[in-house]
Amino acid sequence: MQQLVNGHSLGSIYALLALGYTMVYGIIKLINFAHGDIYMLGAFWGYYVINQLHFNFWLALVSAMLFCALVGVVIEYLAYRPLRNSPRIAALITAIGVSFLLENGMAYMFSSNVRSFPQAMKVHQYHLGSISISNIQILILVVSIALMILLQLIVRRTKMGKAMRGVSVDPDAAQLIGINIDRTISFTFALGSAMAGAAGVMIGLYYNSIDPLMGMTPGIKAFVAAVLDGIGLILGAAIGGFVIGLLETTMQALGFSAFKDAAVYAVLIIILLIRPAGILGKKIKEKV
Amino acid sequence: MKKNLKYNLTWLAIMVVGYVVINLLEFVGVIDQFGENTMVLIGINIILATGLNLIIGFSGQFSLGHAGFMAIGAYVCALITSSISTPMGMAIGMIAGAAVSALVALIVGIPTLRLDGDYLAIATMGVAEIIRIILNNLKITNGPAGLYNIPLLATWPVVYLMVCVTTLIIVNFIHSRDGRAVMSVRENEIASESMGVNTTKWKVLAFVIGAATAAIGGALHANYIQTIAPTDFGIMESINILIIVVLGGIGSITGTFVAAAVLGLLDMILQNFGTLRMVLYSLALILLMVFKPSGLLGTWEFSVRNLFNRFTKSKQKGDA
Amino acid sequence: MLLEVEDLSVNYGVIQAVKGVSFKVNEGEIVSLIGANGAGKTTILKTISGLMKPSGGKIVYEGHEIQKQKSQKIVAGGISQVPEGRRIFAGLTVLENLQMGAFLRKDRDGLKKDYQEVFERFPVLRERKNQDAATLSGGEQQMLAMGRALTAKPKLLLMDEPSMGLAPIFINEIFDIIQAIKQQGTTVLLIEQNASKALAIADRGYVLATGNILMTGTGQELLANEDVQKAYLGG
Repeated sequence: MQQLVNGHSLGSIYALLALGYTMVYGIIKLINFAHGDIYMLGAFWGYYVINQLHFNFWLALVSAMLFCALVGVVIEYLAYRPLRNSPRIAALITAIGVSFLLENGMAYMFSSNVRSFPQAMKVHQYHLGSISISNIQILILVVSIALMILLQLIVRRTKMGKAMRGVSVDPDAAQLIGINIDRTISFTFALGSAMAGAAGVMIGLYYNSIDPLMGMTPGIKAFVAAVLDGIGLILGAAIGGFVIGLLETTMQALGFSAFKDAAVYAVLIIILLIRPAGILGKKIKEKV
Repeated sequence: MKKNLKYNLTWLAIMVVGYVVINLLEFVGVIDQFGENTMVLIGINIILATGLNLIIGFSGQFSLGHAGFMAIGAYVCALITSSISTPMGMAIGMIAGAAVSALVALIVGIPTLRLDGDYLAIATMGVAEIIRIILNNLKITNGPAGLYNIPLLATWPVVYLMVCVTTLIIVNFIHSRDGRAVMSVRENEIASESMGVNTTKWKVLAFVIGAATAAIGGALHANYIQTIAPTDFGIMESINILIIVVLGGIGSITGTFVAAAVLGLLDMILQNFGTLRMVLYSLALILLMVFKPSGLLGTWEFSVRNLFNRFTKSKQKGDA
Repeated sequence: MLLEVEDLSVNYGVIQAVKGVSFKVNEGEIVSLIGANGAGKTTILKTISGLMKPSGGKIVYEGHEIQKQKSQKIVAGGISQVPEGRRIFAGLTVLENLQMGAFLRKDRDGLKKDYQEVFERFPVLRERKNQDAATLSGGEQQMLAMGRALTAKPKLLLMDEPSMGLAPIFINEIFDIIQAIKQQGTTVLLIEQNASKALAIADRGYVLATGNILMTGTGQELLANEDVQKAYLGG
């Protein structure tokens, strides 16, 4: 039971990250390798504004989301947009390059040391029978779910959301009804990156430590979460995040904590193999 | 076939001459110990990157798991040479490492190579991470601490020899009938399938050969650096090898050689810059993709055959 | 004159797909461009809509040059396209597809009326309003694509091969609808391989081959022309 609680906090972080992967993949069919690093930037932003500017948690959260949204838009504009009509492998390599650049750039500027995240909030433990849950765990769950609902509303109800859906189904047809593709893609990156920024601040608060390479593993795991239920589906990504979080904490509870990451990758490979149809949507061979 | 033999012999001659020249330079003191170190590292990188180039460039399959196969070769060879610390042990170690790696690649490759580009990249990355995590938790591999005091058996002549051997194998594979089949896979999977080429078979073959050469590179790495740990073989290492391939041009073995040499020299020059070096490399990677996605040399190859042809042509002109 | 294309050239990489084509569309007309596969018809429409940029020439719409404008601006100016292969948004419902067509419109009240109009013209769409658009038959998808273009209230409707891949019964219906659209005051530029039907409803027509205009005339003149009959009407 305790693992279920812990799994949920971790799962909501993965879910927030997975949403970014899914939205970006849905709209430009690119696995944005740098997504995990945006989450890292969000955590560092939180670290600095809480330490230097004495922001409270909420202000740190919102400002990190804005900051990351901006970074996401800039990355798309500089690195991915010029390659939009190039082979997908070129875009994928660029994404790897961006990820590498962010990791090493941050390590260069701020050293690769692990630093402890400031306590922006006092920790309280609540005990319900044998289960204990902290206020931070509750906060993470509530904030994540609120953000996911917000995202769902944006995608379903707003004009930009409509444009996103249109572009992800058929970019040319979307242009023919007057959708501005560039702006829609920028908006998608902004949304996804904002979610990653929020996740970064919350993970800092939860684990208390951040470093420039912290985005790598969660990034990959969130990607697994995104493919779990078919990449491109928002609800699927959210559920996938929770499933991966639970899988990890369950492995830990069973005493296989050394293999928890391996389990996630194994799940990924098995899913890719047994139901690529669920993941790729339709299995279509490109261009005859 | 005979023609191929002629070209191969020419190459062999070039290689022998190259070896003699480098040794001479060393003898007269142009290349010092430091230079030799650099050359060994460049050689190892060439082996690793040509293998990856075979997978990415010639069969068009995007693999991000090269470091995993490198790790297998490194650990197998390190364990064997730790008990048989002779050149013979090194040879056994490399062969065993390559064999284990090829076997793993075969098991992993048959199912995963059906996947499309992006997904294959992620799957192979997952495989490499699983390999790393297993190494991190086994007793025989000494867990996260890794292995140390590995005998120094990967001397400069051994590395040079292995660069020649792996390159000859890969180049001949590319120019064989099988190799052309693999390239047809890259050009157009649907067309070559309808022409009766069993694409999965060739993809797996390229993948297995690439993995075996990665293992040899790993073995040399282990017996040169003398300590290895699971963290040496993470995704970063796969990406480092990828950078060499991309920089030189996906599909150009010549490009891989040039890129490995250039990066090796840069590494030497920039070694005091640490992280900044990686910042520059990643920037270079992005800029290259944005402005010249085919890499520095595209798919251009330095070819003895073309040189021969040009020579005979100019001779005919001279005769006329 | 609503649209005038002057000396338009378009390249795909090194291949010149359209080589100096000129034609006119007057307000209230149906103009058909006919020609074989690869004649450059689709390229012309894509260029008018702003999906492709010309290498030379002008496209003048309502007195303004639009060849450099972005597609969203061209759509906002009143040019809608029913693309080749219909290109409806799969995964969205029929109603959502129609709403997408009105993406740039701001008049909510007028919209409701227009959806009703579309549903009256295509009753089958009303029946399937909440169904995933991908579940529609080919003919129904074509109607949806037309409905989607019409909800943008275009002045000029570009249609790319609306009869392609449809059963004969649907083909007749589609051409009837095109005439009805014209009756209501929307100008139509139609591209077709089905030359006889396209010319039969056209006020004027142009014959296109390998990127050049070969012939022009009223729909009836072209239908009666021997060369056209031989080449495009199987006569």
